[in-house]
Amino acid sequence: MASESKDTIDSRPGELFVPAEEEYSVDNPDEMDNSEDVGIKYTILQIKEDTTARIGLYIVSIIMIVAIYATIDAQLLDYAIAERFWYHPEFDPDSPEANLPPIGITNAYGEGTVAHPLGTDHRGRDILARLVYGSRVSIQAGVFATFIGMAGGIIIGSVAGYYGGRIDDLLMRGIETLYAIPFLVLIIAFMSAVGRDLVIAMVAVSILTTPVFARLIRSEVLSVREMAYVEAARASGLRDYQIILRHVIPNSFASVVVQATLQIGSIILLIAGLSFLGFGAQEPTPDWGAMLADSRGFLLPNPWFSVWPGLAILITVVAFNIVGDGLRDALDPYIDNSQKEDEGRI
Amino acid sequence: MKENIILSVKDLETHFFTSGGIVRAVDGVSFNVKSGETVGLVGESGAGKSITARSILRLVDSPGQIVGGEITFHDQMIFGTQERADGTIERHPDMLDDETLRTQIRGSKIAMIFQDPMDSLNPVFKIGDQVRELIELNRDVTKYEAKEIAIETLREVGIPDPENRYSDYPHEFSGGMRQRVLIAMAFSCQPDLIIADEPTTALDVTVEGEILNLVRDLQKKYNTSFLWITHDMAVIAELCDRVNVMYLGEIIEQANVYDLFDDAHHPYTEALLKSIPRPDVSIEKLDPITGVMPGAINPPQGCRFHTRCPDAHRACLDTNPPLIGLDENEQHNVACIKYDERTGYWESEELENEERNQIKGINNV
Repeated sequence: MASESKDTIDSRPGELFVPAEEEYSVDNPDEMDNSEDVGIKYTILQIKEDTTARIGLYIVSIIMIVAIYATIDAQLLDYAIAERFWYHPEFDPDSPEANLPPIGITNAYGEGTVAHPLGTDHRGRDILARLVYGSRVSIQAGVFATFIGMAGGIIIGSVAGYYGGRIDDLLMRGIETLYAIPFLVLIIAFMSAVGRDLVIAMVAVSILTTPVFARLIRSEVLSVREMAYVEAARASGLRDYQIILRHVIPNSFASVVVQATLQIGSIILLIAGLSFLGFGAQEPTPDWGAMLADSRGFLLPNPWFSVWPGLAILITVVAFNIVGDGLRDALDPYIDNSQKEDEGRI
Repeated sequence: MKENIILSVKDLETHFFTSGGIVRAVDGVSFNVKSGETVGLVGESGAGKSITARSILRLVDSPGQIVGGEITFHDQMIFGTQERADGTIERHPDMLDDETLRTQIRGSKIAMIFQDPMDSLNPVFKIGDQVRELIELNRDVTKYEAKEIAIETLREVGIPDPENRYSDYPHEFSGGMRQRVLIAMAFSCQPDLIIADEPTTALDVTVEGEILNLVRDLQKKYNTSFLWITHDMAVIAELCDRVNVMYLGEIIEQANVYDLFDDAHHPYTEALLKSIPRPDVSIEKLDPITGVMPGAINPPQGCRFHTRCPDAHRACLDTNPPLIGLDENEQHNVACIKYDERTGYWESEELENEERNQIKGINNV
């Protein structure tokens, strides 16, 4: 009888037994291959596979490098490189080279030259040089305003979402009041009161960006705070702020990163608009928005004067938006990697 | 030493103040946990087991609130009330404040293991860092020592190659492995009591068996007490020393595990035991408990189980029976008037089924 039962067991070992040595190795080896599914490396890899996002990433990188170069030259070297390599007879309205068209085109003022490949403006300044140095303002304003707005929004939104109740009502209603006021009017009022300066413009814009991030992260936090690991953290004696910093914010962060990338584009547009109205960068600081404003009077004799800064803004904003879209696709677990998610899970 | 009561819960009441009315999720629950023993809390979904567990660490969120009773852990009062001169109830002055409870009790003295291992680990941080953080928080050690302890604890719960798996993320672990990590986290601060809220429910039986063995080994080693919450009678039989059976926010039977399985007295416990398959008895069909548990907003009058009780008599409608001792030491307690001579249970007539349904009224879902 005993031998008979032994035979049955031996003939189908897999079905009846979990062999003793496997007791502590429940993990199936295939599962470990999923290790590349998370992290910055994986996200960048995903973006690289997406052609559109990759092009956006290249454009953004080039603009960033240009802006970093311009910043270094302007802040650290006091325009040494610019004066050595870029020809620009500043404050010379009688310059014979004013209002030149780009290379290869002739207009009423003369013929395009190799020295000014994109032409010159009404004061004879090289447009390419001003575009390059103007990128500094746009990128700086876009990145810093987004960063400040994001930081403020994350703090307000996560606290509101985590505590809920009265604190939530107070913070969110306060934040939403900002939405009720037309933003351009608000910024202009703010700057009229505090002063016209690029830094003040950035602060004003970042205050207006705060509600976007606050609302976004609050909605994420509302679901994250119900997760068991948040309760486990409470049960193991963490302070509220530790829970918010360590558990709630990191798990709500993906959508914020996407939003931030998209936001940089619209803030660049907003700052350019402010500069156009005269509230952003002040002369003689080169800035794309201010260049557009200057070019208004020369649309007929030299349309190129306004085309170049317009194109620069367009390309930058579109590139940031493309990267934002790509990032969203890469970070959203329901897109593309959903099939991998289901494999090899217990 | 074995008789040391470390946790004592007396008449605990936790209510939820919802727009639909007051939900009496826990309504007068009393039990003790002694040093080194495993106490089971068993019942259907919605019986109030998890809320009882959360109440012990004061983790109940609004709209829930602990409204009455007393929870004492060693000599510290986790929750208590006293009556003012004018008859209103206020917090007891000896009750621990939030800060002390957080730093001295949660995690360090009483740890908790949650039901869903998939959900209980933060997906964005490495496993090892999560264990290490907890040790740093609750034990007076340096970061480096904490890492050593974390690796040692991970090894102890049977995670192979803990030095390398230390820096893996939760999604790289299977469900059973994650539950081991959670057990490691619970044990890592060497608490006196671990509250386990259905920790094996989400696992398959093979893994469940391994986890139960692991917990038993670790418990023996560290002499940790357990409050083990489950709806699985098999787990109770496997692991627990004493058992509390809950029904609709109340404990209806308390006994040690042998008495409960061999000599259940409450009709609900009897019905529970009848509804699980047994390897030693062959029957055509299992005999499940009829009906569903009524809502806790408006519980049935009298005995709360009478709507589903096979032995319900008319007298059951009159009083909600308290727990009475069946022996002198009050080791086996049951809340049923069948065992109390004075209630007139045997004199009153049996409830008819139609009558029962009528009484159920709106409570019947």
